[in-house]
Amino acid sequence: MRELKILVVVLFFTAVVYWGVEPFAHSQMHPHVAPADFAFKDLGTNDKKGNASKGAETFLSAGCTGCHGVASQGMPSPMDDAAASASFGVVPPDLSNAGAIYDKHFLSALIKDPTKALKVEHKFNETRPHPMIAFYGLGGDLDQEVADIVAYLQSIAPIAPLSDKQVFQDACGRCHDMKYDKTMSHSDKAALTAYMGTLPPDLSIMIRAKSDEYLSTFINNPQKQLAGTSMPRVGLTEKAQNQVISYMEKVGDRKKAEREDLGYKLIGYMVLFTLLAFAWKVKIWREVH
Amino acid sequence: MAEIKKATGLMDWLDQRLAVNGFIKVMMSEYWIPKNINFLWAMGVVLMSLFMILIVSGIFLLMYYKPDIKLAFDSVNYTIMQEVEYGWLWRHMHGVAASVIFLVIYIHMFTGIYYGSYKKGREMIWLTGMALFGIFSAEAFSGYMLPWGQMSYWAAQVITNLFGGIPFIGEALVIWIRGDFLVADATLTRFFMLHVLLLPLVILLLIAVHFYALRFPHVNNQDSEEFDFDKEAKKYLEGRKKESKVVPFWPVFLSKDFFVVGIALTVFFYLVCFHYDFAMDPINFEPANNMKTPAHIYPEWYFLWSYEVLRGFFFDIGGIAAMDIGLAAFGFANVIFMLLPFLDRNTMHTAPAHKRPMFFVWFWLLLIDMIVLTVYGKLPPTGANAWVGFGATIVFLVLFVLLPIITKIEAKNEGAES
Amino acid sequence: MAVEESRRDFIGMAFGGFAAAGGIVALGAMKKTWDPLPSVQSAGFITVDLSPMKEGEVQTIQWRGKPIFILKKSADMAKNEKRDVIAGGSSYSVMIGLCTHLGCIPTWTPSTKQFKCACHGGEFDASGVNTFGPPPRPMDIPPFKIDGTKLVLGEEGPEYKKMVAKKA
Repeated sequence: MRELKILVVVLFFTAVVYWGVEPFAHSQMHPHVAPADFAFKDLGTNDKKGNASKGAETFLSAGCTGCHGVASQGMPSPMDDAAASASFGVVPPDLSNAGAIYDKHFLSALIKDPTKALKVEHKFNETRPHPMIAFYGLGGDLDQEVADIVAYLQSIAPIAPLSDKQVFQDACGRCHDMKYDKTMSHSDKAALTAYMGTLPPDLSIMIRAKSDEYLSTFINNPQKQLAGTSMPRVGLTEKAQNQVISYMEKVGDRKKAEREDLGYKLIGYMVLFTLLAFAWKVKIWREVH
Repeated sequence: MAEIKKATGLMDWLDQRLAVNGFIKVMMSEYWIPKNINFLWAMGVVLMSLFMILIVSGIFLLMYYKPDIKLAFDSVNYTIMQEVEYGWLWRHMHGVAASVIFLVIYIHMFTGIYYGSYKKGREMIWLTGMALFGIFSAEAFSGYMLPWGQMSYWAAQVITNLFGGIPFIGEALVIWIRGDFLVADATLTRFFMLHVLLLPLVILLLIAVHFYALRFPHVNNQDSEEFDFDKEAKKYLEGRKKESKVVPFWPVFLSKDFFVVGIALTVFFYLVCFHYDFAMDPINFEPANNMKTPAHIYPEWYFLWSYEVLRGFFFDIGGIAAMDIGLAAFGFANVIFMLLPFLDRNTMHTAPAHKRPMFFVWFWLLLIDMIVLTVYGKLPPTGANAWVGFGATIVFLVLFVLLPIITKIEAKNEGAES
Repeated sequence: MAVEESRRDFIGMAFGGFAAAGGIVALGAMKKTWDPLPSVQSAGFITVDLSPMKEGEVQTIQWRGKPIFILKKSADMAKNEKRDVIAGGSSYSVMIGLCTHLGCIPTWTPSTKQFKCACHGGEFDASGVNTFGPPPRPMDIPPFKIDGTKLVLGEEGPEYKKMVAKKA
């Protein structure tokens, strides 16, 4: 009975210390943020119904291909990686998969006002314009034209589901390396550093550095977790973002399944060990008590 | 030379040459431990088990770790964590055991304080124990640097800078410790040496002395009762086991310890596989960057109380800089436990705290104050937090000033009673 | 004595046995930690494309830190049924380029179509068979697999196994 009382005291103080230095301290250091918003409510919605074939024409007339390639439609990017890095700081994305991985409201808003959609207004302004030029329309209804372009991008998006790695490379791989999967960004490091202000970190084990809750709000809206960061909002759909995170987990925590499986076995072994030790202890102490 | 006869068996053969039977008797089967103990008496063996885990897992980490600032991070996070078969397991075990061992050290230490096992002949046990605590702290700190992550780097930066506060020699001392003007490759390599060679050697030596120091005053018991061990041992050997107040280390004492070790390791492996963030800070999975300090830096949980004492003084007093007062208080906190046997002025009477009313209050106040310091040591030191930290620091210092006084009064009262 | 007494009790034996079994499993895990890394093991397999080789040409590549000689035999070189590697209709000599005497690397001498070892004057013919001097046996053949006109070193293909069986 006395031992139980002592055990309770020890456990109580251990629990208080644990609570204080872990959950409590972290709640104080990392204030809770609203969950990811995959509707991108702050950008409004474009209710116009897009026409993909019209969008294909608008896409060409609007000059998108001046910077972007669409490899799946036989349109290679107009510049090689080195030249693109030198001109823009980062290689502009190929748009073959854009319709599949980015949210359509986000794409609409992005075409009309890149800095606002990307949440980088604190970095780019009239004196330092964002490399992507806002689309002011071809003279018709702007919202309709934008909706057409988005419809076009969605129509050319591949039907077969993209792999987690493909989504990651499209969404993150222009700036971030994934060294442990031997995948490096195509942008020139020096140009990228000058453009972003700091070299975007390698993401190989970022999953261990940041929890997946953090990553899910961060990718959806970096400013929420890290105000003032130069990382743009990525604008991924919920599904695509989950694919990115699952790829990061595959690369950064590739022994997770083995760890959990072995965990049950180790705990099982120790429980049996403890029971046998208890039985032996009872037997031995019976002689002396 | 002793007369060597033809051996009757392996044990006899060994006994004639190494006196193994006598050795086993002295170390195991006739090494007497009081019977009146509880599970807190198993913490020594739990510590030993965790230390063994640290050594074994450390050996495997050492096979693949590269002490070079260009290679260290990837050798840990790629080679060990992803390539080496069970490399992740050794690293998780090493990291978690390093953290958990401090919890057990604290339990072990407070057990000693509560039952008065630090005085009246047991001073050397306490002193070697506290020396072990100090060297383990250095061992933990040097090991924390090795993965060369953000926390490794900034902890090294801050802690080595602490020595800069020492008058006159501070600045030169910091450079001497680092081996460079900044925390750099030279720093990593020498701390690697400390972590894998010099400090473990000192720890092994201290453990041996710690155990040896137990032999003469014997292990304490739940009621701090003093009795004649030889007489009780004789009873046991005569078969009056139930009557005797002692049990042999093997198998009786150890059988209970194995059970406690079993429970401890069950929890340990749960932490290793499912709940390790508390011991392996996520921020340390970002590579060291000397141009960017993480938003929140803090030591591992077991250093928090003394860290809070260090930063408790956040304003200058009487023309002395806050930093210097903090450093002095930090120095005080790190040696004061060592002096415990000499601060307790009731030297000739050993009793558990619940039989020493004033000391009882002192004990729980100290424990609670250290927990407050620990919790606030991690919180950002701003606003009300800073004042709580300051208050708790003052309480800590005052408690140790009071200890000689209350124990003196206690001794006097006991003298009057008898 | 207490130690012997405890050996006789069943629970104590069960507990000790269980702990020992755990220790043995742990030793197995430790053994695996010593194994060469996957990256090392995969580097132990190399694929060589033989199709661009000309007749009579000798190519030296590194495999597991050792030189490997690959010689595409020309018509005037004697065939050696026991040792020739046939790929894409041509015969090749493939061998570990270390003299079987003391491990020096012999050099190919095109004029005499011989491998000559500078260390102690050992000589091997175009098939790698020792013809003169101290080498005790022909140069060793590394495990290989034929994949069309490609040669995979490190893997034991059926042709390699046949060759080993013939020798034995």
